[in-house]
Amino acid sequence: MEKIIIIGNGIAGVTAARHIRKLSDKEITIISAETDYFFSRTALMYVYMGHMKFEHTQPYENWFWKKNRIDLINGYVEKVNPKEQSLQLQNGQQIPYDQLILATGSKPNKFGWPGQDLKGVQGLVSKQDLDALEENAPNNKVCKRAVVVGGGLIGIELCEMLRSREIPVTFIVREDSFWNGVLPNGESQLINEHIKEHHIDLRLGMNLGEIHGDESGRVKAITIKETGEVIECQMVGLTAGVTPNIDFLEDSGIELGRGIKVNRYLETNFPNIYAIGDCAEQHEAIGNRRPIEAVWYTGRMMGETVAQTICGNKTKYNPGHWFNSAKFLDIEYQTYGWVFSERNKKEYEKHFHWRHPEEKVCITMAYHADTDKFLGLNTFGIRMRHEVFDRWLTEERSADYVLEHLEDANFDPEFYKAYENPIVAKYNSDTGSRIQTKKKSWKRILSLGA
Amino acid sequence: MSNTIDRSMALTGEPPKALNLNQKLATLFGMGGMGILILALFNINFQNRGLWLTLSLLAISGGIIWFTFASYIHKQPGIKNDGVMFKSISSRGFWGWIAGIALTGFYIVLYFYPQYLGLTKDGDNTGLIALFDPLSKLLSGNPASQWFVYGTLYTVAILAFGIKFLYKYRHNAYERLRTISVMFFQTAFAFLIPELMARLNGEGFSLPYYDLKNIWPLNYYNFERYRVNSFIDAGDIGLALLIFGILSIFVITPILTYKYGKRWYCSWVCGCGGLAETAGDSFRQLSDKSLFAWRVERWVVHSVVVFVTLMTTAVIYSYLGNDTSKYWLTKTTFLIGVATILTAIFAWVMIYKREQLKKDAIYGAVGYFVIIIALIGIHFFSGDGNVFLFKSETLRKTYSFLIGSIFSGVIGTGFYPIFGNRVWCRFGCPMAAILGFQQRLFSKFRITTNGGQCISCGNCSTYCEMGIDVRAYAQKGQNIVRSSCVGCGICSAVCPRGVLKLENGPTKGRINSQDVLLGNDVDLMQLVNENK
Repeated sequence: MEKIIIIGNGIAGVTAARHIRKLSDKEITIISAETDYFFSRTALMYVYMGHMKFEHTQPYENWFWKKNRIDLINGYVEKVNPKEQSLQLQNGQQIPYDQLILATGSKPNKFGWPGQDLKGVQGLVSKQDLDALEENAPNNKVCKRAVVVGGGLIGIELCEMLRSREIPVTFIVREDSFWNGVLPNGESQLINEHIKEHHIDLRLGMNLGEIHGDESGRVKAITIKETGEVIECQMVGLTAGVTPNIDFLEDSGIELGRGIKVNRYLETNFPNIYAIGDCAEQHEAIGNRRPIEAVWYTGRMMGETVAQTICGNKTKYNPGHWFNSAKFLDIEYQTYGWVFSERNKKEYEKHFHWRHPEEKVCITMAYHADTDKFLGLNTFGIRMRHEVFDRWLTEERSADYVLEHLEDANFDPEFYKAYENPIVAKYNSDTGSRIQTKKKSWKRILSLGA
Repeated sequence: MSNTIDRSMALTGEPPKALNLNQKLATLFGMGGMGILILALFNINFQNRGLWLTLSLLAISGGIIWFTFASYIHKQPGIKNDGVMFKSISSRGFWGWIAGIALTGFYIVLYFYPQYLGLTKDGDNTGLIALFDPLSKLLSGNPASQWFVYGTLYTVAILAFGIKFLYKYRHNAYERLRTISVMFFQTAFAFLIPELMARLNGEGFSLPYYDLKNIWPLNYYNFERYRVNSFIDAGDIGLALLIFGILSIFVITPILTYKYGKRWYCSWVCGCGGLAETAGDSFRQLSDKSLFAWRVERWVVHSVVVFVTLMTTAVIYSYLGNDTSKYWLTKTTFLIGVATILTAIFAWVMIYKREQLKKDAIYGAVGYFVIIIALIGIHFFSGDGNVFLFKSETLRKTYSFLIGSIFSGVIGTGFYPIFGNRVWCRFGCPMAAILGFQQRLFSKFRITTNGGQCISCGNCSTYCEMGIDVRAYAQKGQNIVRSSCVGCGICSAVCPRGVLKLENGPTKGRINSQDVLLGNDVDLMQLVNENK
């Protein structure tokens, strides 16, 4: 029986394993040094905040793996030897494989800051990081102030976590507005305001200069590069992005860039070794995507895809329309298609922005300046229907059409206030269009009777 | 490695677990109100009972509301689950067990030893019940009973904790409306109207105590002889109420459940649901989500339905006579009627909905159907005697003890802090099972999963009071169509990625299933999802 080894039990590796099992009887083994069982990485924050216990973050009951004949090994892979088709665990054990899937995920970026390896300095990616956080910031007596460095999704989540225990937080963001490399200005501005509402000491346009330790090697303060200001703190969160977790592959002969280099079939330079999820790097970016996509959903899609190839149906990784979501403190964010920030905007990309006068609700729609083709939508505080937007993108609908039919796409809970009318009114006045909202139609939403 | 959890336990007295000063004062204030009740329970004789009762109820409600504002006023509107798993009351810790034991004790006394609450058969009430006499006399004109005391406290709990829930979910219009609805139905229909109706009773006219929203089989005693007699004796109004009771289960309920799912009842109207959603909200995360628990749930709750059907049939059968002056329905026509209805439902499901049933559901349905029809058959062949082998009175008493008292009261509410707030609704309520059966097979309601947006975080499953593993569906891109779902909407509320939406839509396309989720290669999606 062919033996498949998967390194990493995150969403990418586990999805691959589940799909291989559905399609075949191959022997499947998942190796992870992080935890015994698969858990949802994105849910770690809720464990620290007390919304869930760690076991709640495990999507499958513990009997699931045995029942589906997926073997689990808790161990750290030290070396991969492609020529002998085997790998070596830290405890010396050699494990042979026929096909190997690398799904080792990411680790936090460290940019060589002085003091970055002091005690109390950490990222937030793994279960071990969560355990470290309980150690470094269990409460506001032990941790009188925390500093979070890096204005991305993990950074703001870490701030939210620390605030749930009423730990004062300073949030150092390199950009002059939160996440504005990705978000258009209006949205980024809205989140800036919301961060302050949560009593987070937001420092925009600042960089970390140095981390200072005490005599026991534990962090005691940081210096801000631009101002020289010294901020006393007992914990420093490094959340300036992540980088593929591939150090153990250095001498393996597997082609590496920033990540593990793969072609569209997710194959490395060895025919029976694949890489998926955060650690994989496409030779050439697909469409507007980045060569390395460290996103939950893309990890899952690569897992779905590689399982096909391994089970004999060679399949390209060919993701559909881009989508993503996040939650910034209390504000939910969804995106469908491509909406770029002013910094990265294409020359043909035009934006329509609407923001509610009082509530923290806004949308930005991107459309083609010449053809009016709808390119993408960001929403803050409004939920949208994925299927509807996916279809509109496929059908290459116009901006007018999308706004006219916005009620079809609304996914907010029943009885929520609807914003379609003010949105369309603003659009009409901005663009001189004269469109009107159409009533929600189940026929259109579910493509019934078409 | 339960490192995190161990450390969290060591967090004694730190936010978000610690109570702030205002919360502590509010607790003290509310406990003061409880103290008055406890003093009354131990027969401290209050001079001005009306005043002390008012003080007590106001202090209890005031304490809860004060606590609410102390908890949330300094926070932004949004999900308020910080520290739920750290607090001992909401995570089966010390205070959870204390609360569970106290509640259970209260229910045992209430159901089986009301004399300790001060109920006096001949003569004036004493103790706790006497404290409630002034209010009872004000409403119905009669002295209080243990049920009046219970009803009052129950209503106060729904109202005060309802305000807590409203404020906790102030950003969520669905939760706000739903909570106002349960607060209204409890206060008006369960509490005030029946008491006021009792005022109408006088010479030659007497209606049974009737909470109109309490439908058979939840209201398992609705068709017992004494009630039916008194409906009939009360003339047109009584008859109208009796007919309403029958229409409720056979006409009104199916229509509403078809249109909106069983939530229209379970989380918008029902009193048991009302208490669970308000006072029980802090315990929703304690329900068991394992596959094993689900299997137990299906067998237990459907057995209760069979039990209540047999019991009610036997009870009605027992008093139907050949006396056509009162009952035009004879024993035989009644039994044939019951058998016909059951056969029709059974046949409909087996013919049209068979493919939607799991194997064990089919075994269960066939098994129970055979048993019921056999029992009815035995009766016909064995001549007059006891229908269903037992005396109807034995069945009735057993049901009322096991299900009516122990299950719905002692376990159902007493064990809130241990097994979660919907133990009764999930494992025991025959009404929920019947509505659920319909919701699963014949309703427009579903929880739609939003394409590929699920991140498997588990908030939805954790906070599902019915123990549904919502995530198991969401991460497959599959809509949630489950008989037990009461439509509380909390899974959708706590979802950080906007994945879940409760809605009523066309029955076509309601049940879907995808192996490859939206967002991936369209050809691959088509290939995999169609080859299933």
